[in-house]
This record gives sequence, C-alpha cells and structure tokens, in this order.
Amino acid sequence: MSDLDFTADEMMTIAASRALASRDVCFVGIGAPSAACNVARLTHAPDITLIYESGTIGTAPDVLPLSIGDGELCETAVATVAVPEMFRYWLQGGRITIGFLGAAQLDKFGNINTTVIGDYNNPKTRLPGGGGAPEIASSCGEIYITMKQNLRGMVEKIDFFTSFGHGDGGNAREKIGITTKGPTLLVTDLAVWKPDPETKEFTVVSLHPGVTREQVQETCGWTVKYADHLETTPAPTQDELKTLRDLKARTKAAHEGTGKAA
Amino acid sequence: MAKFQSLRDAVAENLNDGDVAAFEGFTHLIPHAAAHEAIRQGFKDLTLVRMTPDVVYDQMVGMGMAKKLIFSYLGNPGVGLLRRCRDSVENGYPHTVELEEHSHAGMANAYEAGAAGLPLAVFRGYKGAGLAEVNPNIKSITCPFTGEKLAAIPALRPDVSFIHAQKADKKGNVLVEGIIGIQKEAVLAAKRSVVTVEEVVDNFDDVHTNCCILPQWAITSIVEVPGGAHPSYAHGYYIRDNAAYLEWDKIAADRDLFAKWMTENVLEATPEDFAGRVANLRDAS
Repeated sequence: MSDLDFTADEMMTIAASRALASRDVCFVGIGAPSAACNVARLTHAPDITLIYESGTIGTAPDVLPLSIGDGELCETAVATVAVPEMFRYWLQGGRITIGFLGAAQLDKFGNINTTVIGDYNNPKTRLPGGGGAPEIASSCGEIYITMKQNLRGMVEKIDFFTSFGHGDGGNAREKIGITTKGPTLLVTDLAVWKPDPETKEFTVVSLHPGVTREQVQETCGWTVKYADHLETTPAPTQDELKTLRDLKARTKAAHEGTGKAA
Repeated sequence: MAKFQSLRDAVAENLNDGDVAAFEGFTHLIPHAAAHEAIRQGFKDLTLVRMTPDVVYDQMVGMGMAKKLIFSYLGNPGVGLLRRCRDSVENGYPHTVELEEHSHAGMANAYEAGAAGLPLAVFRGYKGAGLAEVNPNIKSITCPFTGEKLAAIPALRPDVSFIHAQKADKKGNVLVEGIIGIQKEAVLAAKRSVVTVEEVVDNFDDVHTNCCILPQWAITSIVEVPGGAHPSYAHGYYIRDNAAYLEWDKIAADRDLFAKWMTENVLEATPEDFAGRVANLRDAS
C-alpha cells in the first residue's frame, strides 16, 4: 500500500468517491464531481442515484459525459424529465440528498464563484456563471465540493457569490432562511476538509499519502487550520485505480472518436 | 396552424431586427441550422434568450447580431468558456452585449410561467446568491399563506422561439424525445415558433401515448432539416459531436480564424449541408 503509483488527481477523485453511498441521491456537477460520482457507482455504491441537471434521473453512463446533456445520460437513466420539472419537483422539492459541485474560486466557508474574476460589470475574466449551482447549493440536503488546490482557486475572498456556502461563517445560512446543511465536505488533490462545527471554516481532517502541511498551505490563499486528530487518507486500492483509469480511457476514446475525422 | 416551409422563409417570416428570440436546446436538439439561417439573413439588435447559450450564441454574438443576452450558463459545456462572448463582455468586440443573468432554476421557471400565461415566476431560489444583487429583474415576493419569502422574476415571453425536434407528422404535430429540456415551454411561451425536424413521417400512430408531442396548432412553422442540430445531437438519429465542441474552443479564440470559419461554414453554406455533417455520427447513435 505504500507504493505511491497514483497521481494527486486520481487520489482526489477516489477520495471524493468514497464519500458517496448507495443510498445517496446525488445532483452531479460536470468535471471532477462527475468522475468521482461515477467511480463511486462503479465500485462501492452501485445503487447510488446520479442526477444531472439536464433532467436525467438515476443515470449510469459507461463513459463520462462531456456535457451535462450527453445522450448516454438519457439512454441509461431510470427517467428523463423536463428541465422545469427537474428544478421544481426534484431539486426545490427537497428530494436530493447531496449536491456535488466543482469551483473556480472557493473561500474557507465554502462559498463558490464560477461567474466572474474581477468586477461583475467590468470583469477581468467572464466565466460561464452558475447554471444550476445557486439553487443546488441551497436546496440539496448537503453539498460536497471537489477541486484542485491553487492560489487562484482557494482564496480569502471570492469575487462573486455564485452559490452560497456558509457565508461569513457560523449560522449564516440560517440567518438568510436556508434550512439545508450546505458544504459539509471538500476534497482536494492534497487533502480532505470538513467545516468546523461552530465557525464552519473548512479544516483539514486528512492529508493524502505523502502530502505535507506546507504543500497544503502553499496552494491555499487562507491560513489553513487542521483538525486535532489529523489522519492520512488511505491510498487508492487497486480496484479503485483500475475503475478510474478504465473510465478515463473509455471517456477519452469516446470524446475523440466522433466528428469529421471519423 | 403549423405551416411547412423552407428554412429561409420560416426565418424571414418569423424573425425581425430587435426581436426577443430564443434558440433553445438544453445541450440536446439545439437549432443550429435555424440560427445559421438567421446569421445569413443578417438580423440585428436581437435579445437572445437561452438557458445555456453555447456555441451557436457565441457565433451570433461574434457576428454582432445580439444587443442583449438573457441566460443562465454562458459556457461551452464540458469544454470551458465562450471566447466570442468573452471578447464582447471583456473587450467590447465587436460590441458590448448587455447581460441579464439568471440561474437555471430561474430561467426554467420563467419559461414555464411564460408558457402558463403568467406575468411572473415564483420559486425558492437565489438565496445568498450574488445574482440577486446585480440583476434588477430578480426580486422577492412573500407567500400570502405562509409568509415565506420567495424569489420572483418576470416570465419569459419571446417574440419567437426556435427549437429542433426529432420528427413531425404530415399534419405538423411535433414529437420531442430524449432530453426534452425546455423545448415545450420555449415554444408555448413564445408568440411565434419555428421547429426544425429531422424528418416528416406519415403519422405518430406508433409512439407511446405519453410522449412529448406539441400539437400542430401550437406551432407557427415547421421545416425539415436533417442534421439541423449539429454539432448538438438528435436522440435516436445521431450523437453529439463532442470533437466539434472541443474544436470550437480553438476557432473562437482568434478573431480572424472565427471570421474565416463563419464565412466558410455558415455564410457560404446552406441548410442542406447539415445532413453531411452528421453522416459519420449516425452509425454510433
């Protein structure tokens, strides 16, 4: 188990996948969350319900979708519903236990920005925006976040509140009338983080194998806090690694195999 | 009563300069052929509505046709940013487009309200979200029964909506299958609607009783355009051209390359070209 023959990226996806269980009903963001959710489904959580915002409920794709609306999501879904139904009955209706999001910018309270870098009306970089995230963040039972650590991404202050995490900490959600838990887990390429029960600030609870505290701090824009009992994330198992690598290989072949060159 | 027309006539009769127009498709069934026809006819000052304005709105913004975008996700799904839209927002090239930004839940509710003939959409949303501070059309309303504060935004009522769908029957009824997205609401919310389809069949006697069918009297115009969603897809006909979405990222990154691509693939092309573009994507579907 001490052979570190895996990448930080693979560790991130696999650690994130372990947080999911068969009983979960999970609203899946595209990118890193999608990979983690499908690794979970293909390993220890075969009965997990994966939902993509295109309306596909209980989907089981053989390759990772490039977009949230790839045809395979619909073909393998238990049901495909219209987008208004998706957001009204299923998300707003409180039927989704976990929302799994990525982030361009994240602060220590789990607030996410995917809208703009700089001023909203005169942005330095115009990002795609929130899509479903504002209501995913407030309507799902709890929120898991996964992203790679870097100083541009993990910042003291985000430029725009695309989706609300724990605001300025403490009971900020309650104060504005949100009844769901909000961000309860952050999995990066270096560590697993959980919010402090009182302040709600993300705190490192587990370092991935071989990762140092210095590495975590160097790639994080706020002063990192650690749990009293800091653990080491178990390294990926052979089965987890094989599942992830096979999935990525199938996905790569599928996405490059279409189009004019075919 | 739905009228079967050429794409050129359908676009010319239903779209005007200054219109509020939706070219809808939630990743699936995006009416690329109709949008390309609108680009060829050179419309101006459009307010373009769409939940996920991806490649085709990047093209329309890049060609200087849009005055304003009403949207909820301004990206190339799974690929990244929309570089022509960014050039407009960040650098004012070819001009600055006004943005009215919502969440998906907001847009979906607003289309549904439009389809239902209501003036506004009411839902539980935008809590703690920065959009509520920068978009004056996001307001709140108090439930008269429970006192709960809810989000309120205006209904979407486009002058014209364009969608793509799988098939029409000979009477002009339209069948939508797969990820149906917001297609039905976009048509019903609009004053006029143009539906491009993969094929026209004799009847729908063989389809399931609960399929998503838009009756012919709810549609203005129908045009048969095989491949008309490419590089998006039509479930049951051809798959999404993911490679084309990846390639777009490079084309749109450069103003000159973009202009050249638009000339060759849109301005000098025809609706009939779409069938050839999906030829290699059909077998896998």
